[in-house]
Amino acid sequence: MNYTQAKWEHDEDDLYEPLLSEKDGAEVEIEAALPDELTRDSLDLPELSEPELARHYTRLSQMNYGIDSGPYPLGSCTMKYNPKFTEDVAALPGASVHPDRSEGSVQGTLELLYGLQDYLARIGGMDAVSLQPPAGAAGEFTGILVAKAFHEANGEGDQRTEIIVPDSAHGTNPASAALGGYDVVELPSADDGRVDIEALEAAVGDSTALFMLTNPNTLGLFERDIERIAEIVHEAGGLLYYDGANLNALLGRARPGDMGFDIMHYNVHKTFATPHGGGGPGAGPIGVREKLAEFLPAPRVKKMNGTYERFDPERTIGKVHGFTGNWLVLIKTYAYIARLGDEGLSDASAKAVLNANYLASQIEYDVPFSPFHHEFVASAGDQDAADVAKRMLDYGVHPPTTKWPEIVSEALMTEPTEIENRETLDELADAFNAVIAEDDETLEAAPQKTTAKRIDQASAARNLRLSWHSLDD
Amino acid sequence: MTGGKASTGSPYAPHTAEETAAMLDAVGVESVEDLFDIPEPVRFDGEFGIEKRTEQATRRELQRTLGENRTLTEFLGRGHYSHYVPSLVDHLADRSEFLTSYTQYQPEVTQGFLQALFEYQSMLVELTGLEIANASMYDHATALAESALLAARVRQTSGNRVLVPDSILPERRSVLENYTDGPGLVVDEYATDDANADIDSLAETIDEETVLVYAENPTTRGTIEENLAEIGDLAHDNDALFCLGTDPVALALLQEPAAVGADIVVGDAAALGLPTSYGMGLGLFATREEFVRQVPGRLVGVSEDGDGNRAFTLTLQTREQHIRRERATSNICTNQAWVALRTAIHIAYLGASGLVELAEKCVTMADDLAQRLDDISGVQAPVNDRHHFREFVAHTDQPAPPIVADLEERGFAVHEVGEHEVQVCVTDVNEHAVDEFVTLFAEVAI
Repeated sequence: MNYTQAKWEHDEDDLYEPLLSEKDGAEVEIEAALPDELTRDSLDLPELSEPELARHYTRLSQMNYGIDSGPYPLGSCTMKYNPKFTEDVAALPGASVHPDRSEGSVQGTLELLYGLQDYLARIGGMDAVSLQPPAGAAGEFTGILVAKAFHEANGEGDQRTEIIVPDSAHGTNPASAALGGYDVVELPSADDGRVDIEALEAAVGDSTALFMLTNPNTLGLFERDIERIAEIVHEAGGLLYYDGANLNALLGRARPGDMGFDIMHYNVHKTFATPHGGGGPGAGPIGVREKLAEFLPAPRVKKMNGTYERFDPERTIGKVHGFTGNWLVLIKTYAYIARLGDEGLSDASAKAVLNANYLASQIEYDVPFSPFHHEFVASAGDQDAADVAKRMLDYGVHPPTTKWPEIVSEALMTEPTEIENRETLDELADAFNAVIAEDDETLEAAPQKTTAKRIDQASAARNLRLSWHSLDD
Repeated sequence: MTGGKASTGSPYAPHTAEETAAMLDAVGVESVEDLFDIPEPVRFDGEFGIEKRTEQATRRELQRTLGENRTLTEFLGRGHYSHYVPSLVDHLADRSEFLTSYTQYQPEVTQGFLQALFEYQSMLVELTGLEIANASMYDHATALAESALLAARVRQTSGNRVLVPDSILPERRSVLENYTDGPGLVVDEYATDDANADIDSLAETIDEETVLVYAENPTTRGTIEENLAEIGDLAHDNDALFCLGTDPVALALLQEPAAVGADIVVGDAAALGLPTSYGMGLGLFATREEFVRQVPGRLVGVSEDGDGNRAFTLTLQTREQHIRRERATSNICTNQAWVALRTAIHIAYLGASGLVELAEKCVTMADDLAQRLDDISGVQAPVNDRHHFREFVAHTDQPAPPIVADLEERGFAVHEVGEHEVQVCVTDVNEHAVDEFVTLFAEVAI
C-alpha cells in the first residue's frame, strides 16, 4: 500500500489555512429594523467566494483519512464500508419533513420508523424498540432511565442504587451510569478475560439495579456463561443490559434477547454501516423486553387499521432528544438492513469473524486471549502501542485502537470488519510485521509520511487555543 | 463472478469461495461456524424473516414509502428551522474522506476534519462572544441539559434548582428533567409576560439554591427577548449561571450573548446546514474559558507537529468518558461532527454579510407576514406586542384546529398552539409561497 495523504503548504509555518487567514477585514456593521439595544454591533466572519470555499473544503477532505481511503481496523468502532445508495435515499424528497407535521401527512416517515422498530426487534430478540437515542451512549443512558423507572414502579427505586460494569467495559457505560445518578461498581475480569462469575455473585445484591455487559466483550471473547450471568443478575432482582457495540459479531448467530438481556442499545453506525461522519451523527436505538416496554421514551410508532400513529407508552420516561433522534441516520439503517436481509446480515458477521481470525493468524504480535470473534487485542509487548500506531500510518494504513482495554499491556485492539479482502488483510499484516521489527528510535520519529508529523498533544492542552481568536499571538 | 458482485451473502464482503477456503485453511478450521464460540442453548438459527433486496429494489421501496408523505409547504418552526442549504454544502460534506471517517484519534491523518471543526468552534465563538465552543452536542434539548449539569458542577457548594421560562417547549423540558434527575437537580419555572420573561416573577422565584437560569432568544413564540441583561444580572446576583438558548442565524443579528452576561449559550446550530430532517439537530454549546475543564464533549485545539508546523488535535480528552469513566464531564462520545461540518460550510458560504442579511430577513419577513394576516378579517397578528424573529403567533376568531386542518387540506402546514392561536414561521425557503398562503388563510379563517 502506498497511500499517502495529500498536503498543501500554504506558507512556511503552516500546513494549510486559507479560511483562517482570510478572516480579517470581513467585519460587518449591523443595521436592522430593530431598536439598537436589541442587536449586536458587528460580526466578523470570513468572506470567501464559492470557488474558494470549494477548494478549501476539498483540500481539507484530502487531508483526512476515511474508510474509503483505506483499511481502518479501529477496534470497537466497527469501521465498515458505507454503501453510497443509502446517502441517496436519505436525501429523497419526502425524507426531510418538519417534526411537528400532522400524522396524516407523514405516513411515509412513520411507516419507515415502524418498519425499523420491527427489524431491530427481530435482530436483537427484543419485544419493543425506541429509535429516539441519538448515539450509543445516549442509548445507554436511556436504558438506565428505563431500568430506573422499572425499579421505581416496583417500589425498589430507593433501594437499587448500583450499576455493575466490568473493568473492560466501554467508558461510556460508567459515565452513563453516573449520569443516571447511580454508584458504579467495577467488576474485575477473570484470568480468561471474561466475567468472573464468583466476583459477580459477590457484587450483586439488593442494591443492584443493572449489570451492563458487552458480548462478545472488548477482547472479542464470547461470554460463554451468559445464561448463568443472567440468572445471577435476575435472581438478585437486577436487570441485564446489552451494550450493542459488538453486535456485528453475532448477527444471525445469537440474539441478546435470547441470552437473557432485558435492555440493549444498537449502535446503528457500527453494526449497520451508517457513516460515522468524523465522530457522528450515529444513532443508538434501544430494545427492551415486554415488561419494560411501557417505560420507553415517547413517541413510539404503532400501526392501527393500516394507519401509522405516534403514541406515548403508558408510563413513559418522557424524552431523551428534542424529537425523534437522528432520523437521517435511521433511514440509512433501514436501507442497509433491507439490502442485506437475513442472508447478508448473517454473512457479514461470518466474514467479520473470519477476517479477524485470519489477520490475527498472520501477525507476529502476541494475541493473549482467544477464541475471539470479530476483533482481537494484540500486545505490542516491549514497544509502546501509541508509537506502533504512529508508525503504521507511514505504511499507509489506519492503526488499531491502542492502549485499551487495559487488561492487555500495550494493547492493539484490531477489528478489520467483513469488508476487507485477503490481499488487504495481508498488507495490514505486513504493516504490523514491519513495525514489530523496528527499533524505538524509528517508532518515536513516526509518522513521517502523513499530512502532519507527530503532533504534540500535551502542548495543546497546556496552551489552550480553541478558536482562531486565540491564534493572533 | 467476483466476490463483490456475488448474489449471495453480504454485497459488501468481497470474499470469493476460494479466498474463504484459503483463509479458513490459514486459520486452521474447516468452516466459519467453527470460529463462533457460542454455547448451543443461546445459538440462533439466523432467520429474522427479513428479505434481502437488491439495491435497486431497496431504493424503490424507500422512494415509495417516503412518497407517502404529503408534499406540504411548511410554515412550521418552534425549534426546528429550515433555511435554504446551498448545494455546495451537500457536495463538500458528502466527500467520502469526511463522511466515512471516525473521531480524530490519529490527528496526523485527520487534519482536514480537525481544521473544519476548529473553524466551526471559531465561528461559534465569534457569534456568541464567549471564549470557547465545543465540537457539537446532539441537539438543543440535550445541550440545555448538559448546561444544567455544568452549572451544578461549578456550583458544587450548594443549590439544585434550574429555572426555565414557563413557555419552554415541553419536549425540551422533558429532556432537561431526564438528564438532571440523576444528579438531583429540580427544574422550576418562572412566568412570562406577553411572551418575554417576566422579570418580577424571576426575581421572586430565584434564590440561592438556583444554579442555572435559562432564557431563550428568540422565544418559543418567536419574540425577541428584551430582558436579557436583567436576567443575567438576577442570575449573577444569586450566584447562578445564565444560559441562553438560540441559534446561529439569530446570533448574527441579536444582542451578543456574552454582552448581556450569558455564561453558556446552547441551541440548535442545524438551523444552518441541515433541513428540518424530522427533528435531527446539532447541539450548539459555548461557554466561558474558566469552565473549560467542565465542558462536555470534544474540543479541537491547536498544537505543533514534529516539524514545528501548526497542527490541530483533539484536546483535554482527560475530561471525557473514555479516560475518566464515571467521573467524566459527560457521557457523550459519538456526537454530531458531520452536521457541524455542514453548518460550518453553510456559515462560510454566507459569510458575515450573508448571515446578517439572512437574519435581517427573519425579522422583516415575519413582520410583513404578520401585518398581512392582521389585515384579514377575524385574524389578529402578532398576538404578542413584541419584535419577532422568523415566527409569530396569530389569534383567530374561529377555532384554530379546523383552520389548521383546512390549511393542510390546501397544502400548507402551520402550528396549532391554542384554541384560537396558530403559529406561523417564515424563512427564505417558504417566502415564495407567502402570497398564496395569505390568500388561503383568508379563505379558511372566515
